[in-house]
Amino acid sequence: MNKFGRNFFVYLDERFGIQGFLDFGRKKKVPEHPSSFWYYFGGICLFLAGIQILTGILLLLYYTPSIDSAHESIQFIMSQVKFGWLIRSVHSWTANILIGVVFVHMFSTFFLKAYRKPRELTWITGFLLLLVFLAFGFSGYLLPWNELSFFATRVGTDIAGSLPLVGKWLKTVILGGPSVSRATLSRFFWFHIALLPLAAALIIGAHVWLVQMLGMSKPIGIDESKVKEISFFPDFLYKDALGWTLILILIGVLCVFLPWEVGKKADPFGATPMGIKPEWYFTFMFTTLKLLPSRILFIEGEKLAILVFLAAGLLWMLAPYLDRRASQEKPSPVFSAVGFFVCLYIVVMTILTYTVRGL
Amino acid sequence: MKPVQLIKTAFLTLVLSGLFFFPRLSFGQKNSCLDCHSKLEGELRAPAEGFAQDIHRQFGLGCKDCHGGNPAQDAEDLAKDKSFKSAPKRAVIPEFCASCHADAAYIRSFNPRLRVDQLSQYWTSRHGQLLKKGDPKVAVCTDCHGVHGIQSAKYPKSLIFPWNIPQTCGRCHANADYMKAYGIPTSQLDDYKQSVHARALFEKKDMSAPACNDCHGNHGAAPPEVKSIASVCRQCHPSTGELFSKSPHKKAFDEIGQSECEVCHGNHKILSPSDDMLGTGKTSVCLECHETGSKGYEAASQLGQILTKAQIRYRQAEDILALAEKKGVEVSEPKFRLQEVTTILVSAKDLTHGLAVEDIRGKVDEGEKILAAVQEAGEKALQEAKFRRTGLLIATIFLALFAAALFLKIRQMGKSSPRA
Repeated sequence: MNKFGRNFFVYLDERFGIQGFLDFGRKKKVPEHPSSFWYYFGGICLFLAGIQILTGILLLLYYTPSIDSAHESIQFIMSQVKFGWLIRSVHSWTANILIGVVFVHMFSTFFLKAYRKPRELTWITGFLLLLVFLAFGFSGYLLPWNELSFFATRVGTDIAGSLPLVGKWLKTVILGGPSVSRATLSRFFWFHIALLPLAAALIIGAHVWLVQMLGMSKPIGIDESKVKEISFFPDFLYKDALGWTLILILIGVLCVFLPWEVGKKADPFGATPMGIKPEWYFTFMFTTLKLLPSRILFIEGEKLAILVFLAAGLLWMLAPYLDRRASQEKPSPVFSAVGFFVCLYIVVMTILTYTVRGL
Repeated sequence: MKPVQLIKTAFLTLVLSGLFFFPRLSFGQKNSCLDCHSKLEGELRAPAEGFAQDIHRQFGLGCKDCHGGNPAQDAEDLAKDKSFKSAPKRAVIPEFCASCHADAAYIRSFNPRLRVDQLSQYWTSRHGQLLKKGDPKVAVCTDCHGVHGIQSAKYPKSLIFPWNIPQTCGRCHANADYMKAYGIPTSQLDDYKQSVHARALFEKKDMSAPACNDCHGNHGAAPPEVKSIASVCRQCHPSTGELFSKSPHKKAFDEIGQSECEVCHGNHKILSPSDDMLGTGKTSVCLECHETGSKGYEAASQLGQILTKAQIRYRQAEDILALAEKKGVEVSEPKFRLQEVTTILVSAKDLTHGLAVEDIRGKVDEGEKILAAVQEAGEKALQEAKFRRTGLLIATIFLALFAAALFLKIRQMGKSSPRA
């Protein structure tokens, strides 16, 4: 570092105490072993969330949350605003990649049993973050007010509305009325740029804090001779940065060759187009509902499936407390098998949605 | 009387009167025609089955209203009393139906908007004229409307619902054996099915698209005469008709006794008009009358050239936008402008009916100006696509170099890091 650089660093360090952070980073050790590759997905999630905040703020410059002009404003962003196409495509592609990576991060954590004591709350905050990102996806999908998003929202909220007891109330709260309307767009916009970012910031804060406090977990029964320790800064961060750079290249290629489409403006009075589907990350649930018979024993098939999904989600969130063997540092093959089944179910149902005609 | 006794008496009276009047009430609603015919087989059962869907039933009419008799009687000979009229012979069916349908006062009590001139129209039709001459094979009311299962024309399953009409007429008119005696073609239905009108009616479900009855009339169905063909087409294409009336063709066609629209567009097989119909190419309809070198030939050539040039420019603009869109550039604005050109070109083609070359050229020039702007927007979009790809390439090179540097650094670190 030259003299000017050194002086500038000292100037900043005197005011911000940067050296303290660097010392903490150097002192902080991260275990490295054959499965530590999966750790980097957490960092990628954080990086992608950062991209979303940045591009989201930029989109707010031109986006208008009104049913009369939302679609037009997106069209304007895509065709007239300098690099608007890039910002919007990065935002849309990253949203999808982020949810995919969150799933990978969650399943890798599950299979490595990294949720075991004392990291139960890290797992629970991570699961809540998945729900927040799904809500981000669901609310953001409607904002361009195009045909596909309009009808997918209608289908999605109809499913929520069929929940026993609270369904009708929940649907009205989500939509701001009995159907997808002007109020829904305002509400979704508010969810997307105010409520959910606040929730995400708080939960990400708690999640990262817990990761810092508790450090990274090592797989159960790993041979300690195979474990190295590297410093968080700069060694771990270099590897993180490599992952971020590669994912950035992928996003760039997708945005240039497959920019996110604007679609046809939604017509609330138009007929529902054939084969309407929610976003890909909801399709495993959507297809399950479609495949079930209308009535199972004494309950409607759809209601039963929703209740099963809710119960399964709750159990999944409470896995650290249910997996007693893992908390005693013993392998838990039953939980691994359950995780494998859940993973397989999601993959198979998602593939079926896009390959079987009529689904 | 005590209140309890009063209630008991009232209840008893109610029950007894119910027992007395109920058989009479049910007796009054009895329809022995349906009771018997529903137990029969084949064509004798059909009236009972069909009548359940019949529009007359919906208005509260029964067998008795057409056939007389006494449906309250169980015994056949008592039910078929003096007033009974059995199935009418084909020759008298129009009058049989008209006994109600031509009675304005009677029909008004059911549907004030329903016309009552069907019979008088029918006698003007080719069907009616032949029936009067004693031909029992021609269509009578029941052939198009059904017998006992008559349904409203507004009901999509009705034989006379717009998209069922061609098939209903075709049951006779497309049957070569049945029509042999009349010496008229039987290709109308097949021809119609290929027409632009059929496409609108069957594929787009456009109820305003003409079926057989819209050109030939329904109850007064007859082939339009040469003079009236133009009037028939003008019902839906008035502006085109007006242009034609002002054109030199009008006088010429009148002089040689040619029908107007049909000469170029045909009748049942009216295809979607194409630019190839104009000009001097093989498929040009102009050449059917105008010889090479004639004034008409020159005009046809000029018209063909103007429209073909515009069409080529349109396709070029369309292609460039499609390419830009394929390359991921948003081009909805110029695509919308291209739709404007489509409208302009359609009206330019419409103007060809008036044969005013300058008017057509003016219209096409109007479209050309927009096409030039669209072409420019398309070229800019392609430049934008190129810029994006170049930008991606440069950014990817930098990012890849950065990634490679990180990779090398990580490898170097791996060699020097200690075991835990």
